[in-house]
Amino acid sequence: MNTSLLSVTGRIFDIQRFSTHDGSGIRTLVFLKGCPLRCRWCCNPESQSYEIQQMTLGGNTKTVGRDVTVEEVLKEVLRDRMYYRRSGGGITLSGGESLTQPDFAVALLTACQENGVHTAIETTGFATPETIERYLPVLDCVLMDIKHMDSEKHQQFTTRPNDRILQNARLIAEKAKRLIIRVPVIPTFNDTEEEIGAIAAFAASLPNVREIHLLPYHRMGQDKYTGLGREYTMSHITPPSAEHMELLRKKAESYGLKALIGG
Amino acid sequence: MSTFYTQDIQKSPRIPKLVEHLFEKMPEIEPYRAVLLTESYQQTEGEPIILRRAKAFAHILAHIPITIRPLELIVGSSSKNPRGAQLFPEYSYEWVEAEFDTLATRSADPFYISEETKNALRKVFPYWKGRTTSELATSYMVPETIAAIDHNIFTPGNYFYNGVGHVTVDYGKVLKIGYRGIAEEARAALAKLRVTDADYAKRHHFLNAVLITCDAVEMYANRYAELARKQAAACADDVRKAELLKIAENCSRVPAHGATSFYEACQSFWFVQMLIQVESSGHSISPGRFDQYMYPYFKADLDKGVITREQAQEYVDCVWVKLNDLGKVRDLASAEGFAGYSMFQNLCAGGQDKDGKDATNDMSYMCINATLHVLLPQPSFSVRVWNGTPHEFMIRAAEITHTGIGLPAYYNDEVIVPALQSRGLTLQDARDYNIIGCVEPQKSGKTDGWHDAAFFNMCRPLELTFSNGTDKGIQVGPQTGDVTSMKSFDEFYGAYKKQMEYFIELMVNADNAIDQAHMERCPLPFLSSMLEDCIGRGKSAQEGGCVYNFTGPQGFGIANVADALTAVRELVFNEKYLTLAEFRQALENNYGKDMDPKQAEKLTKQVVKSMVDSGRMLTPDDIKAVYLTVAQNPCSDEQKARYQQLLDRISALPKFGNDDREIDNFARDVAYTYTRPVERYRNPRGGTYQAGLYPVSANVPLGAQTGATPDGRLAFTPVADGVSPAAGRDVNGPTAAANSVARLDHYIASNGTLFNMKFHPSALAGRSGLESFVALVRGYFDQKGSHVQFNVVSRETLRDAQKHPENYRSLVVRVAGYSALFTTLSRSLQDDIINRTEQGGF
Repeated sequence: MNTSLLSVTGRIFDIQRFSTHDGSGIRTLVFLKGCPLRCRWCCNPESQSYEIQQMTLGGNTKTVGRDVTVEEVLKEVLRDRMYYRRSGGGITLSGGESLTQPDFAVALLTACQENGVHTAIETTGFATPETIERYLPVLDCVLMDIKHMDSEKHQQFTTRPNDRILQNARLIAEKAKRLIIRVPVIPTFNDTEEEIGAIAAFAASLPNVREIHLLPYHRMGQDKYTGLGREYTMSHITPPSAEHMELLRKKAESYGLKALIGG
Repeated sequence: MSTFYTQDIQKSPRIPKLVEHLFEKMPEIEPYRAVLLTESYQQTEGEPIILRRAKAFAHILAHIPITIRPLELIVGSSSKNPRGAQLFPEYSYEWVEAEFDTLATRSADPFYISEETKNALRKVFPYWKGRTTSELATSYMVPETIAAIDHNIFTPGNYFYNGVGHVTVDYGKVLKIGYRGIAEEARAALAKLRVTDADYAKRHHFLNAVLITCDAVEMYANRYAELARKQAAACADDVRKAELLKIAENCSRVPAHGATSFYEACQSFWFVQMLIQVESSGHSISPGRFDQYMYPYFKADLDKGVITREQAQEYVDCVWVKLNDLGKVRDLASAEGFAGYSMFQNLCAGGQDKDGKDATNDMSYMCINATLHVLLPQPSFSVRVWNGTPHEFMIRAAEITHTGIGLPAYYNDEVIVPALQSRGLTLQDARDYNIIGCVEPQKSGKTDGWHDAAFFNMCRPLELTFSNGTDKGIQVGPQTGDVTSMKSFDEFYGAYKKQMEYFIELMVNADNAIDQAHMERCPLPFLSSMLEDCIGRGKSAQEGGCVYNFTGPQGFGIANVADALTAVRELVFNEKYLTLAEFRQALENNYGKDMDPKQAEKLTKQVVKSMVDSGRMLTPDDIKAVYLTVAQNPCSDEQKARYQQLLDRISALPKFGNDDREIDNFARDVAYTYTRPVERYRNPRGGTYQAGLYPVSANVPLGAQTGATPDGRLAFTPVADGVSPAAGRDVNGPTAAANSVARLDHYIASNGTLFNMKFHPSALAGRSGLESFVALVRGYFDQKGSHVQFNVVSRETLRDAQKHPENYRSLVVRVAGYSALFTTLSRSLQDDIINRTEQGGF
């Protein structure tokens, strides 16, 4: 393989093995640090800043973020290659937003592909088209969020408008091997049938897109906000009920898509 | 697209009723077998032992009460009451009398026993003084061996107190030719004998003994036929009447003759299975490859159109229920080691045939259906997996796993077949293996495997390494050097290896002594008649009549020892954080921690008892003071703080089970300190030793006899089970734990390895959950792991079951190589199961 890739460095904050909900099969998730969006519900607030931070959880303070080489990450990823092969799994780059570290991410994905590992990213789609074009040849699957069709509301909850994201979705749909649209379902933001329906309609209009995943809001990130000395503005929000999620799933399905709750 | 009939088949409403009847009452001890056995022995004094055994078996079968339980289709019960237990005083009896008054109230496997039964037993027990296998075995052991057993380094208690069992006979042969056919073979062998043969007497008696047992079984089945006819005559319900008449017809034919239908085959199978457990108390009588030997009868009936899949499934389900109708009472210590009324009747489906082709068939799926229909601990259901195992078969097996009953266990042909070949099995025989008891592979119908021959606690020799071979002031091990003068880790590790080798020698001495005792006092002609080549060789399995003979004692605690030796190497020799003398003191002081309350209570009781026995009067305050002295750690706060620092340092070191190549490879080497010496030795039946690495549930009671260890494990707490990481120390998820375990050498542990994983049910939810689960098993097996099993229950569920056992009577959990009803387990074993790492689905 191209060994020059191995020394490329990037910044990550976690590697999680035996993940079964972010792409096909058993996967290893690599969480890259830094994100251009600030979604209010984000369950990984420690992922947002590119800077290495201190976070206090359960009385213990730990350092979030470390600089690693592709070689180091590849070694971790390859530990589970038997399980990828048996399950159709592989690596998924998550974040943060992996599009913010293209040199590292593309080198890592290339190294994985050269080792026979299936590759995926989980992304906001917020980057320049040129950056995205660099990723597509080394990706087997893209899991991309469409959070809201109303740009103003999108900006209000994520700090960014959605125009670039929607354009990129079309670009990825046209050129990627596989694109799955994912929607975090957040009460007070996008959990009405109309809002989910609008997203599903958009997804169905994209070429080659056949699948949409609805991810119900959960509060597991709440303690981390406190741990980072930040305020959690969503504490009054309760997760959507199973019945409501099923309603939304049916709505999404009515656009001719395969719709799943969870990944 | 699968070509098998893979979907579930409707469960008959009869099945839940049979199950309900089975579990209505606490199981009871019955006196009949012990009384009849003694009567027969008294009449046969002075005759050859093999004939005495056959005549006693025949006498028991002629007179033991028989019963047909309500709604049964498959009949034959070794006890009048469901799940009852007979006794086997020819092996041991002293403990029964000693425990008469506590049997019904003990925490592990209680049994009801009536005053009438106690009296009947009191009359016959004195006959057995000096006549049991256990007494003879003890006389064959050297004193050092007895000392090692007394000091809990290992325990051969299983075969010391009981029959050996752990066998799969040639069921297919009985189904095909019946006991009349077997008797024919014995007669033919007799006809070939010449009175001038050197071993004429021995062969002659053995073959005659076989003939006696064949007749006895036919007569016994006829008793059932008669009873069924009688009940039919008195039965007002036409449907049940017809069923009873059919039962009578079946029992008139099988097992004396070959089965002519699937229903007869099921009935014949059951008589074989049950009667082996009347001849001897040995457990782990394993049905083996039921899907292989039953399939032809099912297929023939299906093709002829005389049976529906639903009918056939009902018969199979009835067999599954009956497998739970057998009880065995054990002494208190063994009951804790084998907790859960377990009989370890291991039944296997799937895998390869003897020519290496996939053997999965419709009956394999029906075995899965039966397990799902019945949801009981028996049979211990095992699934054989090889690279060609159908995916759908794995998915359906995973559906059982998802129910949380701890079944099935998964076995890897790709490891077990070559492992067995390395022990001398032919390739064809190795491919046709099945599982015995917990996890032990053997070739059915040809093997006396003596699997489960002893529990060897690998942590105890480590304690003795620190004490230069002394325990409680007595020199029980070799003097391997004062640790304070040891200069290198290699020197320390070398001392540990010497302790291991010494105690392994004594364990071999113990096992061979017991083996010899069984050979002389309890040869089993009925069992031997179904094992090749006993008839040909003219001797019982216990005398070496089988083609393959093994002794398989199992070690456990690898994870603790690997972690502990790593702590010694790093903290003492590399970092020089403390000296071995300081480490020894920390262990003696249990790291400054108070004793586990349950253990303290137990010790307090002992101390109080000895004080009362010596004439002291004690007030409740005195007893409280004793408890506090026992329970509270006397270390100063300063010492405690220093020990806490030590524990923190230990905790920060790498641990087995986290996919750390270095420590995993070291653990592999540690396992060799047990597996390699074991394989050097031979047994009296002409076979070899082979090690296993699994604990049944003995890691809990034997852990309670083990002081603190350098891996930070506190005194008297459980040690790691089998090849699993120590509880709670594997923190990198299931794939990491599996990778670590796969780095051990599973081939050399050809008597079986046991890897426990615990899953929350959410990890297996939906088709995608099952797919990931199957991939996990496959991925582990790709790396040459041999066995894996799963507990799929939430911690909250188990905690609630402890609080409200009445709501969880049917909650089945995986204990070790078997499943048991959670609420029947002792509290400490329940706690251990709860504390095993729970791997969540992310």
